[in-house]
Amino acid sequence: MAAKLDQGPPNYKEMLPPVILENYGKWKYHEIPRPGVLKHVSETGATMHSVRVASPRLVSIDFVRDLCVIADEYCEGFLRFTTRNNVEFLVGDEAKLNPLLAELEAKGYCVGGTGASISNIIHTQGWVHCHTPATDASGVVKAVMDDLYEYFDSMKLPAKLKMGLACCLNMCGSTHCSDIGIVGVHRTPPRIDHDKIRKGTEIPSLVASCPTGAIRPDPKNKSVIVNNDKCMYCGNCYTMSPAMEIYDAKNDGIAILIGGKVSNARSAPSFSRMVIPFLPNNAPRWPETTKAIRDIIELWIANAHKGERLGEWVERIGWERFFSLSGLPFSDMLIDDYIFARETFRTGAAFKY
Amino acid sequence: MTEKKTPLLDELEKGKWPSFVTEIKRAAVKSPASAELLQVLERSYAERRGHWKHGGIVGVRGYGGGVIGRYVDEPETYPNIAEFHTVRINQPSGFFYNTKTLRTICDLWEKHGSGLTNMHGSTGDVILLGCKTESIQPIFDDYSEAGFDLGGSGSCLRTTNCCVGPGRCEHACYDTLEACYNITNEFMDELHRPMWPYKSKIKFSGCANDCTGAIARADISVIGTWRDSLRIDQNAIKEYAAEEFPIQSAVVAKCPTHCLTYNKETQELSVVAEDCTRCNHCINLMPKAIQAGKEKGATLLVGGKSTIVQSAFMSSVVVPFMKMEVEDDFEEFKDTVRRIWEWWDENGKTRERIGETIFRLGMGKFLRETEIPPVPQQVFRPRANPYVFWNQEELDQSGTAMDGSEVKNYNK
Ligand code: SF4
Ligand code: SF4
Repeated sequence: MAAKLDQGPPNYKEMLPPVILENYGKWKYHEIPRPGVLKHVSETGATMHSVRVASPRLVSIDFVRDLCVIADEYCEGFLRFTTRNNVEFLVGDEAKLNPLLAELEAKGYCVGGTGASISNIIHTQGWVHCHTPATDASGVVKAVMDDLYEYFDSMKLPAKLKMGLACCLNMCGSTHCSDIGIVGVHRTPPRIDHDKIRKGTEIPSLVASCPTGAIRPDPKNKSVIVNNDKCMYCGNCYTMSPAMEIYDAKNDGIAILIGGKVSNARSAPSFSRMVIPFLPNNAPRWPETTKAIRDIIELWIANAHKGERLGEWVERIGWERFFSLSGLPFSDMLIDDYIFARETFRTGAAFKY
Repeated sequence: MTEKKTPLLDELEKGKWPSFVTEIKRAAVKSPASAELLQVLERSYAERRGHWKHGGIVGVRGYGGGVIGRYVDEPETYPNIAEFHTVRINQPSGFFYNTKTLRTICDLWEKHGSGLTNMHGSTGDVILLGCKTESIQPIFDDYSEAGFDLGGSGSCLRTTNCCVGPGRCEHACYDTLEACYNITNEFMDELHRPMWPYKSKIKFSGCANDCTGAIARADISVIGTWRDSLRIDQNAIKEYAAEEFPIQSAVVAKCPTHCLTYNKETQELSVVAEDCTRCNHCINLMPKAIQAGKEKGATLLVGGKSTIVQSAFMSSVVVPFMKMEVEDDFEEFKDTVRRIWEWWDENGKTRERIGETIFRLGMGKFLRETEIPPVPQQVFRPRANPYVFWNQEELDQSGTAMDGSEVKNYNK
């Protein structure tokens, strides 16, 4: 039988539990009675509890089936996922809340991720499924979240902390606007397979893909030449052509960016900024990365005002103060030299020693 | 299948956070492909490099996207993942599910694929991770029969996505779930048949908290807002005061525009509505007492994207306020994005995101040609350089039309 084309996604209305159908658009306020649990109260007086549970995002169908068993028992057969890939059980009947929590605890689910906590890390494919990664995604996320677990199931941070991980500079996901961004980086130029280029790479597109204009055509060879001095190893040329292999096990690793956010509350949305240009890919636990992130978070906890996102704190004290407090080495690698660099220089004489 | 050892990955089954390794192992019980994935991943961990080759072009009849081709680099050693393609399934608005739907997704994937998924991909799709080329069409046929459609990939409208909205949030200023559903259905052709310079994403957030990260992760970011005054319930303020909630320090002092005043004596909070930038901070902190205004809609921002090629861009304001009404079928929105896409389709270079096209050709030109009026809300501040383009046709050209050698007689 032929597939039906253009039918679109399933209708969300069939996916809403009765308590939501009855109170759709009528929610009045919410509270967080304990970490991982949200209580929403409707204008009608009705309440609904959402219980947020961690997910590794990369899950088996058996994981999903297990969730279904729980949702059938406690949530009239409904649940949802969040934009950070956590799972939420939607409880219309308050009497079922504590039994659900007990069951989740008995089965070893991690309840948390609400309020001033560290929620799930938005992340990408890594070595599991992508062809351009400079690091793994799932493994780094697991290592970091194991290390910081105490901040997932509690709400003791100055403000919420959002992390994103991208396994290469394509930066799929939200790394560029996260409180802490973890980015896979290369440090060596691509290796050109001239035969492969001749066999089918569209040379003008390949040349155009390079942000710094490091690639030029080599008509004599029917291939291309890379000016290694201009290359900053972004790997976009490899995305365009399989002939530009760029992974380099000895030199690939991770950069850390901090201070981004997307919400408009108080301050405007902002990009995260690089504070550590390179950390090694020490699989399976990435100890340098987990330590660096913990150190930054603990510094923020010790110094921020209540309610201050990581980036808001750093902007208040000044980046120069952040570097002196953190002891992180500052180098010319952290000074922007790309298109919009000038606006990041200090055009004023006010700064701290 | 003989048990092969995975000492490095086994490390990642320890610790409190749920383990993806455990998940791959669970899938591997039933799927030889998942078992081999585990082996390849173990090798990647030992060698610190990926083992996936450049993607190939695979797909289904009638569509130009929705499936990502993937091949392992040593097919002889790993025959079961020689082909290991990803199928993107368009998720329901807000990631809400009933268990029947989820079980259908699982059962069909058990029949055809690796049993591994991502719930969900960053753009929003259900990611079915790993199947053979020959299975792609049967997978689509079966899912289609069960009421699912593919999501987007390639140079097309990608799968749209939204926040939880009125389903469960008191902040939602428009119906994000319905907008996402309705507008996705409107643009099925643009989603399934790539025809643009590059990818284009839409994300719907119900308020300035932007829980989908629309401003950072979508070319077209729709962020809910209101136009009149936020509403304050003075009785509820008194209740916060009674609980000794720090109204002055936590709320009033942090208002970015200093438009809130709290009178400690009368325990009343007031706002200068025309100074409020609707950042949502005070509402977030005192949801029982402060509400959005009544005249609701959304701000339309354009150009968000990640790093490649010209740096990361955040979307910037194009239409400060737009009605997003179910009753009029989101007509103003659809009409506006059609004009925007048409302009980009005509002017964008290959693999140029719309933010980059606007940056290259100028926001002024973009606004003129899409017939969107220029307003101060579109900029943080006006330009500082005087390098302004004027429309020469609108000027008195009797002087410039002269031959340069006649210039000495000019103005005589
Ligand atoms: S890696 Fe990036 S900078 Fe280097 S040549 Fe390729 S495209 Fe250019
Ligand atoms: S929404 Fe933001 S700008 Fe408006 S009054 Fe509240 S804190 Fe101030």
